[in-house]
Amino acid sequence: MILVWLIAILMAGGVLAWISGKVNRSLPRWIALGSVLAVFGLTLYLWLSNPAPVLGSAWLVQYNMPWIPQWGISFSLALDGLSLLLLLLTFFLGLLSVLISWREIQTKVAFFHLNLLWVLAGIAGVFLTMDLFLFYFFWEVMLIPMYFLIGIWGHENRRYAAAKFFLFTQASGLLMLLAILGLYFIHGNQTGLYTFSYFELLNTTLAPEAARLLMFGFLAAFLVKLPIVPFHSWLPDAHSQAPTAGSVILAGLLLKTGAYGLLRFVLPLFPTATVEFAPWAMLLGVIGILYGAMLAFSQTDLKRLVAYTSVSHMGFVILGVFAFNEWALQGVVMQMITHGLSTGALFIIAGFLYERLHTRDIRQMGGFWSTAPKMGFICLVFVMASLGLPGLGNFIAEFLTLVGSWQANNWLTVFATIGIVLATIYSLRIMQKIFLEEHKLKQALPDLNAREMLIAIPMVVLILWLGFYPQPFLDTAQPSIREQLQAYTGSAPEREQVAEVAGPETKTIEVVLGEKKPSPNIHISKTLNQ
Amino acid sequence: MGELLWLIPALPFAGALLLVLFGKRISRMLVSAIGVGSVGIAAAITLVLGIEFLSSRPDFIRQELWQWFDVAGFSPSIAFHLDALSMVFIFVITFVGFLIHIYSTEYMAEDTDYARFFACMNLFVGSMLMLVMADNLLLLYLGWEGVGLCSYLLIGFWYKEPANGYAARKAFIITRVGDTAMAIGLFMLFQHFGTLHIQTISTEAAQVWSVGNETAMIIALLLLGGAVGKSGQLPLQTWLPDAMAGPTPVSALIHAATMVTAGVYLIARMHVIFELSPVAMTAVAAIGAATLLIAGFAALTQHDIKRVLAYSTISQVGYMFLALGVGAWSAGVFHFMIHGFFKALLFLCAGAIILALHHEQDMRKMGGLSKKLPVVFYTFLIGAASLAAFPLVSAGFYSKDQILWLQLAGEKGNIWLYLAGLLGAFITSIYTFRMVFLTFFGEEKTHVGHKPTLAILVPLIILGVLSFAGGFIELPHNFGHVVLFSDFLSPVLPAVNVVEGLSQYEWMLQLLAAVVSLSGIFIAYLFYYKKPALIESLHRSEIAMALHRFWHSGWGFDQLYDTLFVRPYVYLSKLNKGDFIDSIYTFIAHITQGAHRLFSSTQTGVMRNYVAGIVVGAIMIITISLLL
Repeated sequence: MILVWLIAILMAGGVLAWISGKVNRSLPRWIALGSVLAVFGLTLYLWLSNPAPVLGSAWLVQYNMPWIPQWGISFSLALDGLSLLLLLLTFFLGLLSVLISWREIQTKVAFFHLNLLWVLAGIAGVFLTMDLFLFYFFWEVMLIPMYFLIGIWGHENRRYAAAKFFLFTQASGLLMLLAILGLYFIHGNQTGLYTFSYFELLNTTLAPEAARLLMFGFLAAFLVKLPIVPFHSWLPDAHSQAPTAGSVILAGLLLKTGAYGLLRFVLPLFPTATVEFAPWAMLLGVIGILYGAMLAFSQTDLKRLVAYTSVSHMGFVILGVFAFNEWALQGVVMQMITHGLSTGALFIIAGFLYERLHTRDIRQMGGFWSTAPKMGFICLVFVMASLGLPGLGNFIAEFLTLVGSWQANNWLTVFATIGIVLATIYSLRIMQKIFLEEHKLKQALPDLNAREMLIAIPMVVLILWLGFYPQPFLDTAQPSIREQLQAYTGSAPEREQVAEVAGPETKTIEVVLGEKKPSPNIHISKTLNQ
Repeated sequence: MGELLWLIPALPFAGALLLVLFGKRISRMLVSAIGVGSVGIAAAITLVLGIEFLSSRPDFIRQELWQWFDVAGFSPSIAFHLDALSMVFIFVITFVGFLIHIYSTEYMAEDTDYARFFACMNLFVGSMLMLVMADNLLLLYLGWEGVGLCSYLLIGFWYKEPANGYAARKAFIITRVGDTAMAIGLFMLFQHFGTLHIQTISTEAAQVWSVGNETAMIIALLLLGGAVGKSGQLPLQTWLPDAMAGPTPVSALIHAATMVTAGVYLIARMHVIFELSPVAMTAVAAIGAATLLIAGFAALTQHDIKRVLAYSTISQVGYMFLALGVGAWSAGVFHFMIHGFFKALLFLCAGAIILALHHEQDMRKMGGLSKKLPVVFYTFLIGAASLAAFPLVSAGFYSKDQILWLQLAGEKGNIWLYLAGLLGAFITSIYTFRMVFLTFFGEEKTHVGHKPTLAILVPLIILGVLSFAGGFIELPHNFGHVVLFSDFLSPVLPAVNVVEGLSQYEWMLQLLAAVVSLSGIFIAYLFYYKKPALIESLHRSEIAMALHRFWHSGWGFDQLYDTLFVRPYVYLSKLNKGDFIDSIYTFIAHITQGAHRLFSSTQTGVMRNYVAGIVVGAIMIITISLLL
């Protein structure tokens, strides 16, 4: 039930914040802060209480309720270590998003917080849902409020950026919907059980052709979201035009839903098809790492620059996912968390600078260290994080990913490692152009105030913690990573054979099953009893 | 006593942390106390541990603080490993580092960013200690990268000058190129051994691989890539001459106690892997020989006193590589230690001169300082004698002589390496004493401002004593055969196999080395003191000037890399600033818009257009159906 509360509190908080806007201008902020704090507290409690896995698997908490039983759709939520970590990240960054918007957002405050909370609710839903129909639903729930966040409170070119963001994600999301439906019908034909339940669909045996097609449907949505070159071009526009909170959520969380989708759905659902596709996926990852890093170097718009660094860093994610071993996947999970923090922090700094200077153009900045050393120091920490300095969390993530991908493919790993040099080049440029050299402004740039330090310091502490003692996070993620990898440790060839045998027979089963329609209902009543 | 081990790196880190957090709010006295004190106490602990270590002679002391992480059997720890090799390094790092910190309190006294300076210096020492004490390669890599970060922060310490920022980024990026190779080496080591624990790898590698194994060769070469980057050897040496953009104590720290010796440490530490690959060993020696010559010639032509010293470091580290490359492990480490003393001394002297001459670094504007700055003069002379391997009475003579001797006498050495080393020694003594004569003799060209006081003079004197006497702990066979140093290192580093029957000729080689060193000094005396006209005549020669320009620019490496890598990358990146992939999507959008306009323009609302359209369409359909 706690899982439902997480989503419900955010959605209700959003509506409440919206309504309360009529009473008082600052009330929505407090309501938003309160609801995010509540869910963050709940998740933190979940993590610290260290619940025992149920059903002898990786799952910690489950919740099941029929929704549209005729079609085999249920309101099914489940939490394992992976989703727990991502929820922690979501609510932590959500908290920061509320805080950074405190001064920045001055128009339509109530509506802003409605959207903010609903995006978070959608993301939380995506990380929790174990019903593919519901998954698609939440996938859309996080899309629409984000569209508003960019389109209403964004910068000068916000309409264009919002439309681009919407079109890219929507188009790719529809392909995923097709794939979900395809999987639904194939599974229904085979077993007579028409259901969207993740756990049931995992047992679907697929002919190689079908598996490939369906995999590409899922990949379309996740790779665009991640994003992977050449589907990345919505991202620099969306990131640079969004308000600070929007950029933080986009970079820190929305991109992670793509990575999460790869881990949760693509890997376990299509074990043979992914193995075939792996070298290409890794190649795309490496191209992304190098291409993103190169583009980041020449940008003059700070937020655009950081956006391209995200493209580069997300390349490591796909490289690791398709290496199919525990080191790489742990690296990927770490990368999701640490990139969320470090890139989020860089966007927040960009926001601080924008509030003071009303520009994102780094050519107009310079020498700020002399008047704003605190801001400079925070920026230094996260610039170093983004170039993968050991001692900060991002290093653990990248090193584990590369160690893992080395086992899978030597040459691609070599090129990915070269990406670290390119990361050094663009990262140091950020420091140089903004904080070093002569002070270019006539008046001194004010340093961070107490509220801003309150935002920045926890991030610094976290990224150091992740760098020196990441074990609690790794331990939390481990059971679910092992579970996602199950299909790849020995049993994969067996499944392939099964699929081949089952391939020709599917048609006959279809005829038989045509007469036995009520089976989904039987299944639902079973889950109810559980 | 081993429990104290963790304090050695922890103290400088704690000092750095305190200074970052409170540096702005506390007095300069307190900043100095924290900055100098943290390294000082670390040095004292090192001394205590060192005495303990010498008396009880354990193979090693290990202390584990906590397990860093554990992923599917990949479980590095935050753990320290102290054996004879790391003991030598810790000793040099903490002691020389401590002296440099004391010196800095006076050198940086006027600086507005006093606390930031000491924070970075402490972090630098801490990272370097982490590097040499790590019991696994991942922790070593942490120190390794930390050292890179600190060099970036300190070289660019005076950040208002864009050139300093450029030098700082250059140092970080170029060393990171080497680090990338090293990282790949670590991936390979992990793949083969399932761990990055140094001792485990060392014992297992010798069992698993035989000499000449290809994997061992690739790994050794990749590690060498990392070593070459940090140690400023060919082909990644270009960052080091520019690194003197930082304050002078920083240069002393980078060149003597930290950073550039990291590569030497790495190779010595991983000597088992290197010994398995003759190709990699030859590569180490060849790189050392080439580097020491190239840097030596470049040093001959520099005018900036710190640049001469920077090139001399590259050259001297080249000697260390030369020693390592022929398997003379302890000779390489011995030269590291002696070099640490005299190079710190020379840089600190240069700093005192620069401070006295109002931040003038050009030797052409110096001169006649021997009377004005006597202590600096005499200590500099000791350092210079050591660098030039002045026979018998300098520490550098003994450490360099051992390297040269083993090039011939060692099993893996050969005559070419020896000759390169000998020629290098000749050049070294020329440029070293060129420096001495230009700065301290002749007429006074710039007025002496700041006279150094105790905080500068005491470190100079201590380092002077060490640069003079440090060599006597390891004497050649025919000089009474004192081998304290190599004995100390023998549990960790194997001794060189010496070719039988050569030792009777050792005195001839020593004599040759002495002659070479003295004649170099004599040439410097002739050209730069006695008959400056000889230089004038050289200046008139076209070829000599062209050569001068070539060497002055460091053999054109900067220009080469600029054309090969920097410009193409910047050009391509600028060219694609707008992201050409995006234009594909914009193109699709444009087509859609164009089609939209085209079709909407047919909606004119005029009846006769529509009727005409219907008629034309009907005729076309009838025609097509008739034709088919």
